[in-house]
Amino acid sequence: MSYDRAITVFSPDGHLFQVEYAMEAVRRGSTAVGVRGKDCVVLAVERRALAKLQDPRTIRKIVSIDERSVLAFAGLTADARVLINKTRVEAQSYRLTCEDAPSVEYLARYIARTQQKYTQRGGVRPFGIATLLAGFSEEGKPVLYQTDPAGTHSEWKAQVIGGRNAKSLREFLEKNWEEGMEEEKAVRIGVQALLEVVDSGAKNMEICVVRTGGKKEIMKEEDVDAIVKDIEKEAEEGKSKTSSSDE
Amino acid sequence: MFGTSLAIDNDILDIGSSKFDRGYGSRATGSGGICPPSLVLGEPGQFDVPNVADPAHFCRNNFASACGNSDRNQTVKFAKGTTTLAFKFNGGIIVSVDSRSTMGAYIASGTVKKVIEINPFLLGTMAGGAADCSFWERNLGMQCRMYELRNKKRITVAAASKLLANTMSSYRGYGLSMGTMITGWDETGPQLYYVDDDGTRLKGRYFSVGSGSTYAYGILDTYYRPDLTVEEAIDLGKRAIYHACHRDAMSGSINNLYHVTKDGWVKIHAIDVNDMHYEFLEEKNAMSQT
Repeated sequence: MSYDRAITVFSPDGHLFQVEYAMEAVRRGSTAVGVRGKDCVVLAVERRALAKLQDPRTIRKIVSIDERSVLAFAGLTADARVLINKTRVEAQSYRLTCEDAPSVEYLARYIARTQQKYTQRGGVRPFGIATLLAGFSEEGKPVLYQTDPAGTHSEWKAQVIGGRNAKSLREFLEKNWEEGMEEEKAVRIGVQALLEVVDSGAKNMEICVVRTGGKKEIMKEEDVDAIVKDIEKEAEEGKSKTSSSDE
Repeated sequence: MFGTSLAIDNDILDIGSSKFDRGYGSRATGSGGICPPSLVLGEPGQFDVPNVADPAHFCRNNFASACGNSDRNQTVKFAKGTTTLAFKFNGGIIVSVDSRSTMGAYIASGTVKKVIEINPFLLGTMAGGAADCSFWERNLGMQCRMYELRNKKRITVAAASKLLANTMSSYRGYGLSMGTMITGWDETGPQLYYVDDDGTRLKGRYFSVGSGSTYAYGILDTYYRPDLTVEEAIDLGKRAIYHACHRDAMSGSINNLYHVTKDGWVKIHAIDVNDMHYEFLEEKNAMSQT
């Protein structure tokens, strides 16, 4: 008997297959990397090649939820649109009731709760997206949260979602992430991680830096290009050095 | 969805519509009316209302309990009549209330606690229907605690008063009677809000609520300054209540006074207003002799 039909049915060994298949949908999506620095959070997403006739401005993978929180997702774009809309409404509702901005943690909790709700009802399917939520906590520290289709949320120092190579990218981040990185270094790590999956440089990347107060800035393509060229140059030098030392 | 008791939730708005008729059709008696539900108390947080066609109308006509004479014709008159006041000053907030409860011309009690301790940092006062105030402010205490558990930090006074005002707003027209001041000290400093049974919510430096409020305002307006010392502020709170109790028949008995600081609230005193009368009388005599 197939246990992967209905969402509300456990398999004999305790799996919820629909949730796991949703995570597979996330893996098929384009990669998103989040890196937390000393006083900034960097979100770097892969921008899959656009059709020639498509307007790139209408494909937004990094969005604002509220004045102080920014979200990047990986997975089914349509599901993301619905979830982002719900979260935006919840953020405004919080502002109306509590006369204060919702914390990033609250929003991450809300997204996770919503995603979980859809794994425990009949007739619906889980959201096929994982999200990275970036912003600043009430104490003014940068924070990065991740949610997944199962409905869990947790805080990360650096994380990657989506794409086939998420595991190796995470290893790269583990090796290279340091506590208290300056903005430049954090951006560089983000770009470096993304270069491992992205084909041809700055054209296919979107980098967003979130600074104190939640101000987000999408980096200009020229600036990203400069960093990419710099990284590539360093890699070349490293390679030539090892090859020259071999001789 | 439709429980056995007619509780207030979204479904109550369907009364009179075809959706309602369909839903209740299965429980209808032969004549087409609705079976009276068995006596089941409502879910926690929900309100049982009279099992009639238009509960809001029924409540308004039979439980209208605004201050004054509108409950003249009621068999059961609600307990009300009070003076409560609160004011912000540089040293925190003073909350000063009386403790008399009247039902028409009968003094039901002289020991009513009109300051409700919602949590160690939030106080609410009671004016209007005693049951309404006490129930909804305890309900607010529960909501504040849930907020604390979920968000790992204390709720702000603005948010707490907003929750109460929204609750009042959703029961508008049902005949609730509550005029309260929600006050406390949170990360934005001392805060004072007035919340009303029709959903009014006002932020302010000082308020007085109840049948004796006009007398209390007379004293507050004259002597209030933001730079009072703590002793002066306590004295002002005491005097304002005394004067209100002296002239308003529906206020009296004991004056309960609280002081809210950044470390929470502290109960300062519980003095009988009659004793205050003789204390102030001595003062007046002493002054007129010099």
